Amino acid sequence: MNKTVLDLWVGLFVVAGIAALLFLALKVGSMNTVNATDSYEIVARFENIGGLKARAPVKSAGVVIGRVDRIQFDTGVYEAKVTMRVDKRYPFPKDTSAAILTSGLLGEQYIGLAAGGDSAMLKNGDTLKITQDAVVLENLIGQFLYGKAQEGSPQ
Amino acid sequence: MQSDNLVEIAGVAFGYGARPILKGINLTARRGQVVAIMGSSGCGKTTLLRLIGGQIKPGQGSVRVAGESVADLDQAGLYRLRRKMGMLFQFGALFTDMSVFDNVAFQLREHTDLPEDAIRDLVLMKLNAVGLRGAARLMPAELSGGMARRVALARAIALDPMLVMYDEPFAGLDPISLGVTGNLIRRLTDTLGLTSLLVTHDVQESLKIVDYVYFVSEGVVVAEGTANEIRASDLPYVHQFVHGEADGPVPFHYPAPAYADDLGLGQKRA
Amino acid sequence: MPTIWAWGRNVLKRALENLGNSTVQGVWRMGFATRFFLAVLMHSGTAFRRFGLTIREMYFTGVLSLIIILVSGLFVGMVLGLQGYETLQTYGSEEALGVLVALSLVRELGPVVAALLFASRAGSAITAEIGLMKATEQLSAMEMMAVDPIARVVAPRFWAGVISMPLLAALFSAMGVLGGYLVGVQLIGVDEGSFWSQMQSAVDFEQDILNGVIKSVVFGVAITAIALFEGYDAPPTAEGVSGATTRTVVTSSLAVLALDFVLTAFMFRGLN
Repeated sequence: MNKTVLDLWVGLFVVAGIAALLFLALKVGSMNTVNATDSYEIVARFENIGGLKARAPVKSAGVVIGRVDRIQFDTGVYEAKVTMRVDKRYPFPKDTSAAILTSGLLGEQYIGLAAGGDSAMLKNGDTLKITQDAVVLENLIGQFLYGKAQEGSPQ
Repeated sequence: MQSDNLVEIAGVAFGYGARPILKGINLTARRGQVVAIMGSSGCGKTTLLRLIGGQIKPGQGSVRVAGESVADLDQAGLYRLRRKMGMLFQFGALFTDMSVFDNVAFQLREHTDLPEDAIRDLVLMKLNAVGLRGAARLMPAELSGGMARRVALARAIALDPMLVMYDEPFAGLDPISLGVTGNLIRRLTDTLGLTSLLVTHDVQESLKIVDYVYFVSEGVVVAEGTANEIRASDLPYVHQFVHGEADGPVPFHYPAPAYADDLGLGQKRA
Repeated sequence: MPTIWAWGRNVLKRALENLGNSTVQGVWRMGFATRFFLAVLMHSGTAFRRFGLTIREMYFTGVLSLIIILVSGLFVGMVLGLQGYETLQTYGSEEALGVLVALSLVRELGPVVAALLFASRAGSAITAEIGLMKATEQLSAMEMMAVDPIARVVAPRFWAGVISMPLLAALFSAMGVLGGYLVGVQLIGVDEGSFWSQMQSAVDFEQDILNGVIKSVVFGVAITAIALFEGYDAPPTAEGVSGATTRTVVTSSLAVLALDFVLTAFMFRGLN
């Protein structure tokens, strides 16, 4: 086996392998993790986060603008503390509200941000004042049944 | 003062676990000599070569090459010594993934910084010495047994060693190749001033070319002498070996119970 | 019936003796294998200083495995596309086909199946080659020529295997995704846009792809080390080498599957 032919084949092999890796990295996956340099952190507190997980998307008007970074439990007030990273290109007003929504009917849960009207913008590390918890199916059913019971009972 | 003895083996004993192979060997080989070590299969001849090459260490006794005790050398010293020794394995042990040329050039490329031109000249010179310069581009798989062994010989002398060891160089060769090989061993030893150590049980070919013979049996040297002395010897073991007698000190029958008992004759059948 | 008890006791006694013997042998062999592995690592200097040796071995382990890896990857991807569609369709989630195919391949099937194929093709070839070199005294000859066979023969093959394995796994996954695309989008008619877009949002570079690469590197180390050891330790006979080759394929396949479990538990645990 001629040495130069051998080197050629090995070179092709390595190039093909790296190309496959790049294909996987760029076309199949995406560099979804928003890195620290071009994002800012905001915190939101919820009484019930439902099925929200770390790395869940943060969307506004349906467009993905960030990722949930970490979810912690605050023992002081017995609430969930969600820290998320939002792309620096999209500043939000201080009175923005966060809600935990479900994509589709039974899909994965994400945080939806609805912008407020304040002229001052959120800074790195700020906490959102208005939050809406996840819809828990059992509570919904309980509410519905209670409502029905209320309607039906004689006054 | 350089001793005339290149290889000195004194009182060497070696065994695998409880099984002793060598029980006390004394052997010397002088510079420029062709020395043969003969004996029946399994008597420890190849073990001796491996002791000299430092692949194994003796349980007792000393093995000295050019005055240095082989067993006491460290890794670097051992490798240094091995560069001055050549070994010819029984079936050549050529590197099957390289051509004949690359096989002979192997040691030159690994141990020297010579440019490719110099290496080419040296390789062709060695191949010419064994008569295979024309086969330089062939692969080992394309060689006959005799040719493969000659290439292995060229490879063994690539760095102009002072000692060459041959493990059964005559085994399995046709009469012409036998003559060629024997001739080569003698000629190379004389022209290059080497010392050659042959381990063999081909009596006729070896007696034609050797200066001295050692007979090994049961782990000790039972006889030694020049070729003529051996031919004339009347020691039973030597005599049986040299004349190829079927029965003698080395028995024909493998140890077994009495023949009649084995066949069940004279036994009461229940 | 005293004789039956005696016979039964004998059988049990012999079975236990054999078991004890094999265990002791196995442990002893593991120790020897570990020392061998450390020796290979320590003598790897030559493999890098004379990188040509390693490149040569990469041809024999990597390039010659390309055909089986690419074809298998394509077929596995196509089957994933078919089977995945069948199942997802019952939940009305056909558009998640891209996600299914990509995640299955990148996280598990790519590294593991490519490793198993590598073990049977390249691993057995390495074992046979080294075993044969040992049987024909080539390694001994090299030692006698003051060239360390571990540095010159074994280490380059080790690094060639370690470098080739992740490349082959990536190629397998890429071909698989292509196969899934061909079957799902072109053949069955899943929407092309959602195929790729859902895939892209579900597959994360760090979590999935990088972990897959790490897995394949670990598999490469395991398979090549086992293949080299079995070849180096093989008895120098025809049956010895063939037994060693079989052992390589079996042992490295089991090792890959066991390591896969350990690595997966470790890596994907935090995804709750």
